[in-house]
Amino acid sequence: MSTCSSPATAIIAAAAVALAMTGADAAETTVAVAANFTEPAGEIAAAFGAATGHTVVLSFGSTGQLYTQITQQAPFEVFLAADAERPMLAVDEGLAVADSRFTYAIGKLALWSADPDLVTDDSVLSSDGFTRLAIANPESAPYGAAAVEVMRALEVYDALEPRIVQGNNIGQAYQFVATGNAELGFVAVSQIVGDDTGSAWVVPQDLYAPILQQAVLLNGGDDNPASVAFLEFLRGPEAAEIIQRFGYAIE
Amino acid sequence: MDDAIWQAVRLTLVLATTTTVVLLVLGTPLAWWLARPGGWWKEAVAAVVSLPLVLPPTVLGFYLLLMLGPNGPGGWIARSYGANTLAFTFEGLVIGSVIYSMPFVVQPLRNAFEAFGERPLEVAATLRAAPVDRFFSVAVPLARPGFLTGAVLGFAHTVGEFGVVLMVGGSIPGETKVLSVQIYDYVETLQWRQAHLIAGGMLVFSFLAILAMMVIDKRLRRRRH
Repeated sequence: MSTCSSPATAIIAAAAVALAMTGADAAETTVAVAANFTEPAGEIAAAFGAATGHTVVLSFGSTGQLYTQITQQAPFEVFLAADAERPMLAVDEGLAVADSRFTYAIGKLALWSADPDLVTDDSVLSSDGFTRLAIANPESAPYGAAAVEVMRALEVYDALEPRIVQGNNIGQAYQFVATGNAELGFVAVSQIVGDDTGSAWVVPQDLYAPILQQAVLLNGGDDNPASVAFLEFLRGPEAAEIIQRFGYAIE
Repeated sequence: MDDAIWQAVRLTLVLATTTTVVLLVLGTPLAWWLARPGGWWKEAVAAVVSLPLVLPPTVLGFYLLLMLGPNGPGGWIARSYGANTLAFTFEGLVIGSVIYSMPFVVQPLRNAFEAFGERPLEVAATLRAAPVDRFFSVAVPLARPGFLTGAVLGFAHTVGEFGVVLMVGGSIPGETKVLSVQIYDYVETLQWRQAHLIAGGMLVFSFLAILAMMVIDKRLRRRRH
């Protein structure tokens, strides 16, 4: 090509060199995030970007759906699940790095109503003050399984079963209650933190097994410094502050 | 096959049948009215009917959740018999499905009514057939292929409904947990064998539905020539 020596080409070449140089220390990682962790993940990604210069691309979905995609070679490098089961499975199936798995957040469950006077404690569960109780799908969503566990522990499950409606995930259970279609529901504390328009009872931790949300480094992410650094950041104090502010506990 | 699948199959078939019947009853006069000559506002009504063709089911699901709920007309109806909402009920799903599948029934009917034009009706009128008689003994038989296509498409489209049901159904076994939601659950919980079973069945069913429609369409064309 005869234009090789033109000034424009020189500038482009210089820019390419500069880009390659920053590319060496500022990398990009793609993180699959359970939908319930959407907001804290966004804040953590921003804080991580500011601290390291790396870029994080977040993909949201339900844990089950994301896991299914991971088994089909989805281009995710880090997996923030809403449970411990799927990250464990990912390791067992050889899809993730074995010793990278850890609990990044512990979900807390609340009984919630959009009606400011309905919920004071668990006594509402044995009252006639409601017709529908929304929970997340106990088969696929950890918060749904925890809700069933709580009702069994309080010995009200059999009586309540006909009144239960299921959302496919905890987000939908929340919608059902927020729109008033269900008067009552088990939701995540993270969904109602900072919202005092309704009434809620935060379920004591001794009534259900802790909802461990685990993270794991997926194959394909282990040679990307940004992916490794992101998981490191997620364990750190800055991330811990964000996670707790959104209504989760940490280990 | 386990009971959960059969329950979902039964519920889905009952929902699709009910929806199709309701749509034929409501859609026939509507399509007839749309097929008659009229002003631009007829096209506006036709456009409203066709909206579900382009709207994401999540838009419909979101609005339906609000409409069926305690602060919408659905809640008002529900209160007349002591309930609070039409969401999470079979009736609520029928309402959602009727809206969602309406263009698939109304459009073929309208096309069929338009296809034979004014002439047969004028002839019937000169033979002193009353308007109602003209409709039932001339228009309906002539539009039969439209009824068949509309019924097949309306039924199949309701069977294939997912987003709307997911958003207003509440996944109650035997009441609102239809096949498409059941598949979603199986995939989510890694029960792929069951998911394959229903998904494969749906594939065969959908193929047969579309094949039936094309055969009807072909016959219609052959008759015209």
